[in-house]
Amino acid sequence: MLRGVDLAVGAGESVALTGESGSGKSTLLHLIAGLDAADSGEIRLADTIVSKLSDAGRAELRRDRLGLVFQQFNLIPSLSVADNLVFQSRIAGRHDAAWHDELVERLGLKSLLKRYPEQLSGGQQQRVAIGRALAAKPLLLLADEPTGNLDEDTADEVLRLARDLVARTGCGFLMVTHSARLAATLDRQVNLHAGVIA
Amino acid sequence: MRRVLWILAVLLSHWRRHPMQLATLLIGLISATALWSGVQALNQQARTAYDRAAATFGGSRTAMLVGKDSATFPQKLFVDLRRAGWPVSPMLEGRVQIEGRSFRLLGVEPVTLPAEVGNAPGVGRGSLQSFVTPPGEMLVGPETLRDLDLEEGARPQANGITLPPLRVQRELTPGVLVVDIGIAQQILKLPDQVSRLLIGKSKTPHASLESVAGEKLRMIEPDAETDLERLTDSFHLNLTAFGLLSFFVGLFIVNSAIGLAFEQRLPMLRTLRACGVSARMLNTVLVIELVSLALLAGLIGLVCGYFIAAALLPDVAASLRGLYGAQIPGQLSLKPVWWLAGIAISILGALAAAAASLAKAIRMPVLATAQPQAWQQAQRRWLILQTAAALAVFAVAAGLARFGDSLIAGFAVLAALMLGAALILPMVLQIALGLGQRSARKPLSIWFWADSRQQLSGLSLALMALLLALAVNIGVGTMVQSFSRTFLVWLDGRLAADVYLSAASDAQASEIKAWLRDRPEVAAILPGGRADSQLGGAPIEVLGLPDHATYRDNWPLLESAANAWVRLRPGDTCFVSEQLSRRMKLAVGDHIEVPAPGGNWPLEIVGIYADYGNPKGQVAVNYAALTRRFPQTPLNRMGLRVAPDQIAPLVAALQQKFGLDDRSIADQATMKAESKRIFNRTFSVTAALNTFTLGVAGIALLTSLLTLANSRLPQLAPLWAIGLTRRRLAALELLKTMAIALITALFALPLGLLVAWCLLAIVNVKAFGWRLPFHVFPLQLIELLAVAMLAALCAAALPVARLARMQPASLIRIFANER
Repeated sequence: MLRGVDLAVGAGESVALTGESGSGKSTLLHLIAGLDAADSGEIRLADTIVSKLSDAGRAELRRDRLGLVFQQFNLIPSLSVADNLVFQSRIAGRHDAAWHDELVERLGLKSLLKRYPEQLSGGQQQRVAIGRALAAKPLLLLADEPTGNLDEDTADEVLRLARDLVARTGCGFLMVTHSARLAATLDRQVNLHAGVIA
Repeated sequence: MRRVLWILAVLLSHWRRHPMQLATLLIGLISATALWSGVQALNQQARTAYDRAAATFGGSRTAMLVGKDSATFPQKLFVDLRRAGWPVSPMLEGRVQIEGRSFRLLGVEPVTLPAEVGNAPGVGRGSLQSFVTPPGEMLVGPETLRDLDLEEGARPQANGITLPPLRVQRELTPGVLVVDIGIAQQILKLPDQVSRLLIGKSKTPHASLESVAGEKLRMIEPDAETDLERLTDSFHLNLTAFGLLSFFVGLFIVNSAIGLAFEQRLPMLRTLRACGVSARMLNTVLVIELVSLALLAGLIGLVCGYFIAAALLPDVAASLRGLYGAQIPGQLSLKPVWWLAGIAISILGALAAAAASLAKAIRMPVLATAQPQAWQQAQRRWLILQTAAALAVFAVAAGLARFGDSLIAGFAVLAALMLGAALILPMVLQIALGLGQRSARKPLSIWFWADSRQQLSGLSLALMALLLALAVNIGVGTMVQSFSRTFLVWLDGRLAADVYLSAASDAQASEIKAWLRDRPEVAAILPGGRADSQLGGAPIEVLGLPDHATYRDNWPLLESAANAWVRLRPGDTCFVSEQLSRRMKLAVGDHIEVPAPGGNWPLEIVGIYADYGNPKGQVAVNYAALTRRFPQTPLNRMGLRVAPDQIAPLVAALQQKFGLDDRSIADQATMKAESKRIFNRTFSVTAALNTFTLGVAGIALLTSLLTLANSRLPQLAPLWAIGLTRRRLAALELLKTMAIALITALFALPLGLLVAWCLLAIVNVKAFGWRLPFHVFPLQLIELLAVAMLAALCAAALPVARLARMQPASLIRIFANER
């Protein structure tokens, strides 16, 4: 699926991963997130070799050092917005009340905290998902088509918020997208074609 | 720890948002635990009572010495054994008639009575003197005193002797009278005779039994199981089988609720995994969540179980008394182990019901998204596997029916049959609904059948529960009705005399007979009597039948040799009851030896007769021969042949002339009515448990339909959008549920009849020792079919009503992206 991919994302850097359907963008993202295991090669996050970790080790990595945002938002439907926001930072044991308040403020979620995901629009749900991913101050934020389900204006707004917050935390940001327009707003663009960086 | 709590809180939040699903899960667990624990409470109560009875003055829980060839043996052997260092204590047992009623008389020797024999109450140090010195004391249980209608201190008469004053001993089993052995020897007219020697525990060595008593005595080791336990085993096994069935039906609900919750929580579980919760941690917390819910449900279930047991106890006690003469106290008292076992069964049941979901959670790939189509494909594969498993289980059932030879094997056949039927049900429904779809022409009809098939996977567990409950109802109902019909015919033969009479003493019986001989309306006086003996180590009754046409024409013989009644006359032949013949594998032409006071009585078997409801084996002999061989047989019972219109005046005249009350004299109609009443009460527990099981199956269907209701919206919304009214949709949903329930109920009919056949031909024969003819009762089947449809209607009513009243906004949201 992926062949000879060599990619580095620096701290504070935002990278867009583009390419046609089936080019391996999402697979690469999943491998970096430890959601899938590579047949060969090495994936390193800071001093950790992700590709050598066990299932439990990869889970720990996702919990403590990564933030994930998906196209389908993947919020927990039975938790309120407030609980969804703090969920990952709580289980990682890295909850920071001041940072949490800042996230709520910057993402414009203050009036929505008591609502449930099904009571939110797509843009609102994705803002909550970004907040949840960044609440534990990860080293790297991975986003798989985060604006795929949103209209253009909402997509722009959500991505702007994500970029601002990434800059604020200083973490790396790797986003898979089909949109050349949105890709252009990030620091660097990497195009994948048939599993190879073009 | 904090991490675990957070994950637990997230998992539990699902139930907060889906209270109906939580209610389903809890209802399933509560009903499973309640019915199982209720039945166990009844069993425990009964077993405690048997233990008490067994411990009274050494039942089968005490080692003892008995005569090798006779019912009693000389007291001298006791003296010899004591001198040789044996810690033995003599006991004489027999029956006495007081006020026309028969009681078990126990004569004990309190000084040598071993301490571990237990309930030797009141014969303890303080009252020892009054017990052994004239006039002595007769210890009775409070129930016996009530039966005698006498006060404490009263001195009734028996065998022409004034008995010692009665003294109540709370711990004594009803129907037992305890006196000093010397007094018992006088009452029973057995001077210097003892029935058995109880053996106490002693550390001092003693001489061998043979060196002291020669070949006259044999040792009976204490049984782990009491006589009552052995006799009532089948009854308790029946109860346990019902409890187990209800438990499994309850677990079906739990399984269906957990399965649905798991499907609905799949995205949540994947998000949790994506957020860094490891598979092991997730499963651990899922188990913690389940155990917490099971603990809560288990506690509620136990309380419900207690109330169920308390409500059923009077009927269970009546059944055990009627069937086996076992006395069970009416007050429920439970041991701590019952509570612990109830909680454990709830937790284990919940884990078993959730096993498949938990296994799926462990194997769940973190990346896969919910794939209903793939899920359906998996369902199809599962359906084929399930059908193959069903066929294998049926083969096991057939093998067990052919080669099994025990009560447990009988129940295993039933269990395999029902498991196989439950497993094959989804395939049967698929085929039936597929045929419906093939015959449909209009688009809506095609959708109706296709959608019914799609609904099956969500409903199949509830339908299995309904199938099992219906089949058991039909099976047990058919068995009870078959039994009832056979019993009534049998009763007509058995109660052939027109009036039954029991005089207060032999002397009064002679007076009555003399008076009756001068009455023209009395066509015949038929004396009756019975004695106790043993055969093959088990107690039996020896019944005396007078040589009279009443018996020859009516007595229900199942098998007989030629001229059986004529051959019975000389006293060297006998009939044996069906259960005794099955237990000891006796056939017409075989010979047996019955221990009698004067030595063994050799008898040839010339007939086998039905003796329903009698736990003891019975041997019927000529009445005159019985009184010769068992001279102590009370002669106070008799039956009378009387012209029908003269029965009532004769009974009244006898009552007036000889002071006989209703317990001492009864006409045939009264006896039959009483027997029928006892018969019906015996099966009232079965009926109650039947209803409970059907109720739980109804709840299973309701909860499945309720939990499915929301996931049905995506199927229904498009039809609503193209112009079907909500009311029409609701009507179609109702029709679908009823159609599926009807197919299930129709499948339950042959299965239920097969269950009935197994009960009659296998289980009853092993449990009670009699085989009943198999009858089909069409009206009963139609009635149950109607009950099944009513249960389905009730279960479907709520979700259908909700659909009919659903706001259009809820249906519109199906088409919205934000859903």
